[in-house]
Amino acid sequence: MIWDSWNQFWNMGGYGLYVWGSMGVTVACMAIEVWQARLARKQLLTQLRAEYEGNL
Amino acid sequence: MNIFRANFWFHYAGPQAFYGLAGRLWPCFAALAAVLGVWGLWLGFMVAPADAQQGEGYRIIFVHVPVSWMSMVIYLAMAFWSVLGLTFNTRLSGMMTRALAPTGAMFAFLSLWTGALWGKPMWGTWWVWDARLTSELILFFLYLGYIALTSAIDDQRRGDRAGALIAIVGAINVPIIYFSVKWWNTLHQGASVSLTKSPSMAQVMLWGMLLMAMCFWFYTIALVLFRVRTTILQRESHTAWVQAIAQEAA
Repeated sequence: MIWDSWNQFWNMGGYGLYVWGSMGVTVACMAIEVWQARLARKQLLTQLRAEYEGNL
Repeated sequence: MNIFRANFWFHYAGPQAFYGLAGRLWPCFAALAAVLGVWGLWLGFMVAPADAQQGEGYRIIFVHVPVSWMSMVIYLAMAFWSVLGLTFNTRLSGMMTRALAPTGAMFAFLSLWTGALWGKPMWGTWWVWDARLTSELILFFLYLGYIALTSAIDDQRRGDRAGALIAIVGAINVPIIYFSVKWWNTLHQGASVSLTKSPSMAQVMLWGMLLMAMCFWFYTIALVLFRVRTTILQRESHTAWVQAIAQEAA
Protein backbone atom coordinates (compact mmCIF):
# COMPACT_ATOMS: atom_id res chain seq x y z
CA MET A 1 0.00 0.00 0.00
CA ILE A 2 1.36 3.41 -0.96
CA TRP A 3 -0.76 5.45 1.51
CA ASP A 4 -0.27 5.66 5.26
CA SER A 5 -3.74 7.06 6.02
CA TRP A 6 -7.01 8.10 4.41
CA ASN A 7 -6.08 11.69 5.05
CA GLN A 8 -3.00 11.29 2.93
CA PHE A 9 -5.06 9.61 0.24
CA TRP A 10 -7.62 12.42 0.02
CA ASN A 11 -4.93 15.09 0.22
CA MET A 12 -3.04 13.69 -2.81
CA GLY A 13 0.15 15.46 -1.80
CA GLY A 14 -1.59 18.84 -1.95
CA TYR A 15 -3.17 18.17 -5.36
CA GLY A 16 -6.41 16.84 -3.86
CA LEU A 17 -8.63 19.55 -5.34
CA TYR A 18 -7.31 18.93 -8.87
CA VAL A 19 -7.20 15.14 -8.76
CA TRP A 20 -10.59 14.68 -7.08
CA GLY A 21 -12.10 17.50 -9.11
CA SER A 22 -11.18 15.55 -12.25
CA MET A 23 -12.35 12.19 -10.95
CA GLY A 24 -15.54 13.53 -9.37
CA VAL A 25 -16.78 15.39 -12.44
CA THR A 26 -15.95 12.42 -14.68
CA VAL A 27 -17.92 10.01 -12.49
CA ALA A 28 -20.80 12.49 -12.18
CA CYS A 29 -21.01 13.02 -15.97
CA MET A 30 -21.06 9.29 -16.61
CA ALA A 31 -23.70 8.70 -13.93
CA ILE A 32 -25.92 11.45 -15.36
CA GLU A 33 -25.50 10.05 -18.87
CA VAL A 34 -26.51 6.54 -17.82
CA TRP A 35 -29.48 7.88 -15.85
CA GLN A 36 -30.57 9.98 -18.84
CA ALA A 37 -30.36 7.04 -21.24
CA ARG A 38 -32.49 4.88 -18.95
CA LEU A 39 -35.01 7.68 -18.42
CA ALA A 40 -35.32 8.28 -22.18
CA ARG A 41 -36.14 4.61 -22.77
CA LYS A 42 -38.71 4.52 -19.97
CA GLN A 43 -40.39 7.71 -21.17
CA LEU A 44 -40.52 6.49 -24.76
CA LEU A 45 -42.09 3.17 -23.78
CA THR A 46 -44.72 4.98 -21.68
CA GLN A 47 -45.44 7.37 -24.52
CA LEU A 48 -45.69 4.56 -27.09
CA ARG A 49 -48.10 2.58 -24.92
CA ALA A 50 -50.32 5.62 -24.56
CA GLU A 51 -50.32 6.10 -28.34
CA TYR A 52 -51.11 2.46 -29.07
CA GLU A 53 -53.95 2.41 -26.57
CA GLY A 54 -55.33 5.57 -28.13
CA ASN A 55 -55.43 3.74 -31.45
CA LEU A 56 -57.37 0.76 -30.18
CA MET B 1 -24.67 -17.52 -39.61
CA ASN B 2 -21.54 -16.74 -41.56
CA ILE B 3 -19.83 -13.48 -40.79
CA PHE B 4 -17.87 -13.61 -44.04
CA ARG B 5 -21.01 -13.19 -46.13
CA ALA B 6 -22.46 -9.79 -46.90
CA ASN B 7 -25.92 -11.12 -46.03
CA PHE B 8 -24.96 -11.47 -42.39
CA TRP B 9 -24.02 -7.81 -42.14
CA PHE B 10 -27.06 -6.55 -43.97
CA HIS B 11 -29.24 -8.71 -41.76
CA TYR B 12 -27.93 -6.98 -38.63
CA ALA B 13 -28.09 -3.59 -40.33
CA GLY B 14 -31.87 -4.06 -40.15
CA PRO B 15 -33.31 -2.27 -37.08
CA GLN B 16 -35.26 -5.22 -35.66
CA ALA B 17 -32.38 -7.69 -35.80
CA PHE B 18 -29.97 -5.11 -34.43
CA TYR B 19 -32.33 -4.24 -31.59
CA GLY B 20 -32.15 -7.83 -30.36
CA LEU B 21 -28.41 -8.13 -30.87
CA ALA B 22 -27.71 -4.85 -29.05
CA GLY B 23 -29.95 -5.95 -26.18
CA ARG B 24 -27.89 -9.12 -25.71
CA LEU B 25 -24.55 -7.33 -26.04
CA TRP B 26 -24.81 -4.17 -23.92
CA PRO B 27 -24.89 -5.89 -20.51
CA CYS B 28 -21.69 -7.79 -21.38
CA PHE B 29 -19.89 -4.57 -22.30
CA ALA B 30 -21.20 -2.80 -19.21
CA ALA B 31 -19.91 -5.61 -16.98
CA LEU B 32 -16.50 -5.53 -18.70
CA ALA B 33 -16.33 -1.75 -18.25
CA ALA B 34 -17.07 -2.07 -14.52
CA VAL B 35 -14.40 -4.72 -13.95
CA LEU B 36 -11.74 -2.88 -15.96
CA GLY B 37 -12.63 0.43 -14.29
CA VAL B 38 -12.17 -0.99 -10.78
CA TRP B 39 -8.94 -2.69 -11.81
CA GLY B 40 -7.57 0.44 -13.51
CA LEU B 41 -8.46 2.73 -10.59
CA TRP B 42 -6.87 0.26 -8.20
CA LEU B 43 -3.60 0.31 -10.15
CA GLY B 44 -3.76 4.07 -10.61
CA PHE B 45 -4.57 5.06 -7.04
CA MET B 46 -3.39 2.22 -4.84
CA VAL B 47 -0.41 0.67 -6.62
CA ALA B 48 1.27 3.24 -8.87
CA PRO B 49 3.87 5.31 -7.02
CA ALA B 50 4.03 9.12 -7.05
CA ASP B 51 5.65 10.74 -10.08
CA ALA B 52 9.19 12.06 -9.69
CA GLN B 53 8.31 15.54 -11.03
CA GLN B 54 4.59 15.98 -10.48
CA GLY B 55 4.12 14.12 -7.20
CA GLU B 56 0.56 12.82 -6.74
CA GLY B 57 -0.85 15.42 -9.13
CA TYR B 58 0.03 13.32 -12.16
CA ARG B 59 -2.76 10.86 -11.28
CA ILE B 60 -5.13 12.99 -13.34
CA ILE B 61 -3.51 11.14 -16.26
CA PHE B 62 -5.61 8.05 -15.48
CA VAL B 63 -8.71 9.91 -16.55
CA HIS B 64 -7.40 12.73 -18.74
CA VAL B 65 -5.62 10.63 -21.37
CA PRO B 66 -8.36 7.96 -21.72
CA VAL B 67 -11.20 10.52 -22.02
CA SER B 68 -9.20 12.50 -24.58
CA TRP B 69 -8.59 9.37 -26.66
CA MET B 70 -12.28 8.50 -26.47
CA SER B 71 -13.31 11.99 -27.59
CA MET B 72 -11.26 11.45 -30.78
CA VAL B 73 -12.14 7.79 -31.33
CA ILE B 74 -15.87 8.46 -31.01
CA TYR B 75 -15.71 11.22 -33.62
CA LEU B 76 -13.94 8.85 -36.01
CA ALA B 77 -16.59 6.22 -35.28
CA MET B 78 -19.28 8.78 -36.17
CA ALA B 79 -17.47 9.54 -39.43
CA PHE B 80 -17.22 5.81 -40.16
CA TRP B 81 -20.98 5.26 -39.66
CA SER B 82 -21.68 8.36 -41.73
CA VAL B 83 -19.66 7.06 -44.67
CA LEU B 84 -21.53 3.75 -44.43
CA GLY B 85 -24.83 5.59 -44.20
CA LEU B 86 -24.21 7.78 -47.24
CA THR B 87 -22.84 4.83 -49.24
CA PHE B 88 -25.36 2.09 -48.50
CA ASN B 89 -28.25 4.27 -47.30
CA THR B 90 -28.76 1.99 -44.29
CA ARG B 91 -31.12 3.35 -41.65
CA LEU B 92 -29.04 2.07 -38.77
CA SER B 93 -26.00 4.22 -39.64
CA GLY B 94 -27.67 7.51 -38.83
CA MET B 95 -29.05 6.12 -35.60
CA MET B 96 -25.59 4.91 -34.54
CA THR B 97 -24.03 8.28 -35.35
CA ARG B 98 -26.68 10.06 -33.30
CA ALA B 99 -26.25 7.63 -30.39
CA LEU B 100 -22.49 8.24 -30.34
CA ALA B 101 -22.62 12.05 -30.34
CA PRO B 102 -23.69 12.79 -26.73
CA THR B 103 -21.07 10.46 -25.28
CA GLY B 104 -18.41 11.96 -27.55
CA ALA B 105 -19.39 15.46 -26.45
CA MET B 106 -19.18 14.37 -22.84
CA PHE B 107 -15.68 12.96 -23.28
CA ALA B 108 -14.52 16.08 -25.13
CA PHE B 109 -15.85 18.20 -22.29
CA LEU B 110 -14.13 15.96 -19.72
CA SER B 111 -10.89 16.18 -21.68
CA LEU B 112 -10.99 19.97 -21.42
CA TRP B 113 -12.14 19.91 -17.81
CA THR B 114 -9.51 17.47 -16.51
CA GLY B 115 -6.92 19.21 -18.68
CA ALA B 116 -7.70 22.54 -17.03
CA LEU B 117 -7.45 20.97 -13.59
CA TRP B 118 -4.12 19.48 -14.56
CA GLY B 119 -2.81 22.62 -16.24
CA LYS B 120 -3.49 24.90 -13.28
CA PRO B 121 -1.09 23.26 -10.78
CA MET B 122 1.53 22.20 -13.36
CA TRP B 123 1.60 25.07 -15.89
CA GLY B 124 0.09 27.73 -13.66
CA THR B 125 -2.90 28.33 -15.94
CA TRP B 126 -6.31 26.73 -16.56
CA TRP B 127 -6.21 27.44 -20.24
CA VAL B 128 -3.93 28.57 -23.06
CA TRP B 129 -4.87 29.14 -26.69
CA ASP B 130 -2.35 26.67 -28.04
CA ALA B 131 -2.83 24.13 -30.81
CA ARG B 132 -3.68 21.06 -28.73
CA LEU B 133 -6.17 22.77 -26.45
CA THR B 134 -7.80 24.84 -29.17
CA SER B 135 -8.28 21.90 -31.55
CA GLU B 136 -9.84 19.85 -28.73
CA LEU B 137 -12.19 22.77 -28.03
CA ILE B 138 -13.13 22.78 -31.71
CA LEU B 139 -13.87 19.05 -31.44
CA PHE B 140 -16.24 19.78 -28.54
CA PHE B 141 -18.01 22.42 -30.67
CA LEU B 142 -18.23 19.98 -33.59
CA TYR B 143 -20.08 17.53 -31.34
CA LEU B 144 -22.44 20.27 -30.16
CA GLY B 145 -22.94 21.42 -33.75
CA TYR B 146 -23.77 17.89 -34.85
CA ILE B 147 -26.30 17.47 -32.03
CA ALA B 148 -27.89 20.89 -32.67
CA LEU B 149 -28.14 20.35 -36.43
CA THR B 150 -29.56 16.82 -36.33
CA SER B 151 -32.13 17.70 -33.69
CA ALA B 152 -33.21 20.84 -35.57
CA ILE B 153 -34.21 18.95 -38.74
CA ASP B 154 -37.63 17.36 -38.44
CA ASP B 155 -37.22 14.86 -41.25
CA GLN B 156 -35.04 12.28 -39.50
CA ARG B 157 -33.45 10.80 -42.60
CA ARG B 158 -32.58 14.26 -43.89
CA GLY B 159 -31.17 15.08 -40.46
CA ASP B 160 -29.06 11.93 -40.63
CA ARG B 161 -27.59 12.95 -43.98
CA ALA B 162 -26.88 16.53 -42.93
CA GLY B 163 -25.25 15.25 -39.73
CA ALA B 164 -23.19 12.77 -41.72
CA LEU B 165 -21.61 15.67 -43.60
CA ILE B 166 -20.53 17.39 -40.35
CA ALA B 167 -19.21 14.09 -39.02
CA ILE B 168 -17.15 13.38 -42.15
CA VAL B 169 -15.82 16.89 -42.76
CA GLY B 170 -15.13 17.47 -39.06
CA ALA B 171 -13.08 14.27 -38.87
CA ILE B 172 -10.21 16.25 -40.44
CA ASN B 173 -9.85 17.86 -37.02
CA VAL B 174 -9.00 14.56 -35.29
CA PRO B 175 -5.51 14.03 -36.78
CA ILE B 176 -4.91 17.75 -36.23
CA ILE B 177 -5.56 17.27 -32.50
CA TYR B 178 -3.44 14.17 -32.38
CA PHE B 179 -0.40 15.59 -34.18
CA SER B 180 -0.76 19.15 -32.86
CA VAL B 181 1.91 18.54 -30.21
CA LYS B 182 4.36 17.60 -32.97
CA TRP B 183 3.41 20.17 -35.59
CA TRP B 184 3.32 23.25 -33.38
CA ASN B 185 5.22 24.54 -30.41
CA THR B 186 2.92 23.96 -27.50
CA LEU B 187 2.78 23.93 -23.74
CA HIS B 188 1.15 20.53 -23.89
CA GLN B 189 3.48 17.57 -23.52
CA GLY B 190 4.00 15.04 -26.33
CA ALA B 191 2.15 11.75 -26.69
CA SER B 192 2.23 9.56 -23.59
CA VAL B 193 2.07 6.40 -25.64
CA SER B 194 3.27 6.04 -29.20
CA LEU B 195 3.43 3.15 -31.61
CA THR B 196 6.95 3.91 -32.78
CA LYS B 197 8.82 4.11 -29.50
CA SER B 198 8.50 2.51 -26.09
CA PRO B 199 6.29 4.46 -23.67
CA SER B 200 7.94 7.17 -21.60
CA MET B 201 6.24 6.08 -18.40
CA ALA B 202 6.56 3.34 -15.79
CA GLN B 203 4.89 -0.01 -16.51
CA VAL B 204 2.32 0.15 -13.73
CA MET B 205 1.28 3.70 -14.65
CA LEU B 206 0.95 2.65 -18.26
CA TRP B 207 -1.21 -0.34 -17.34
CA GLY B 208 -3.44 1.73 -15.11
CA MET B 209 -3.98 4.15 -17.97
CA LEU B 210 -4.61 1.45 -20.57
CA LEU B 211 -7.12 -0.32 -18.32
CA MET B 212 -8.98 2.96 -17.82
CA ALA B 213 -8.96 3.50 -21.58
CA MET B 214 -10.46 0.04 -22.13
CA CYS B 215 -13.02 0.73 -19.39
CA PHE B 216 -14.18 3.88 -21.24
CA TRP B 217 -14.25 2.00 -24.56
CA PHE B 218 -16.58 -0.65 -23.18
CA TYR B 219 -18.64 1.92 -21.29
CA THR B 220 -19.15 3.79 -24.57
CA ILE B 221 -20.09 0.65 -26.49
CA ALA B 222 -22.56 -0.42 -23.81
CA LEU B 223 -24.17 3.00 -23.56
CA VAL B 224 -24.36 3.54 -27.32
CA LEU B 225 -25.98 0.13 -27.83
CA PHE B 226 -28.48 0.95 -25.08
CA ARG B 227 -29.22 4.37 -26.56
CA VAL B 228 -29.57 3.16 -30.12
CA ARG B 229 -32.21 0.67 -28.98
CA THR B 230 -34.33 3.58 -27.76
CA THR B 231 -33.88 5.35 -31.08
CA ILE B 232 -34.84 2.18 -32.99
CA LEU B 233 -38.06 1.85 -30.95
CA GLN B 234 -38.87 5.48 -31.66
CA ARG B 235 -38.30 5.30 -35.40
CA GLU B 236 -39.97 1.91 -35.85
CA SER B 237 -42.90 2.70 -33.58
CA HIS B 238 -45.36 2.06 -36.45
CA THR B 239 -44.35 -1.62 -36.61
CA ALA B 240 -46.03 -4.54 -34.90
CA TRP B 241 -42.86 -5.78 -33.23
CA VAL B 242 -42.24 -2.46 -31.44
CA GLN B 243 -45.87 -2.42 -30.34
CA ALA B 244 -45.41 -5.89 -28.87
CA ILE B 245 -42.31 -4.79 -26.98
CA ALA B 246 -43.98 -1.66 -25.59
CA GLN B 247 -46.93 -3.65 -24.29
CA GLU B 248 -44.72 -6.41 -22.93
CA ALA B 249 -42.68 -3.88 -20.93
CA ALA B 250 -45.79 -2.55 -19.17
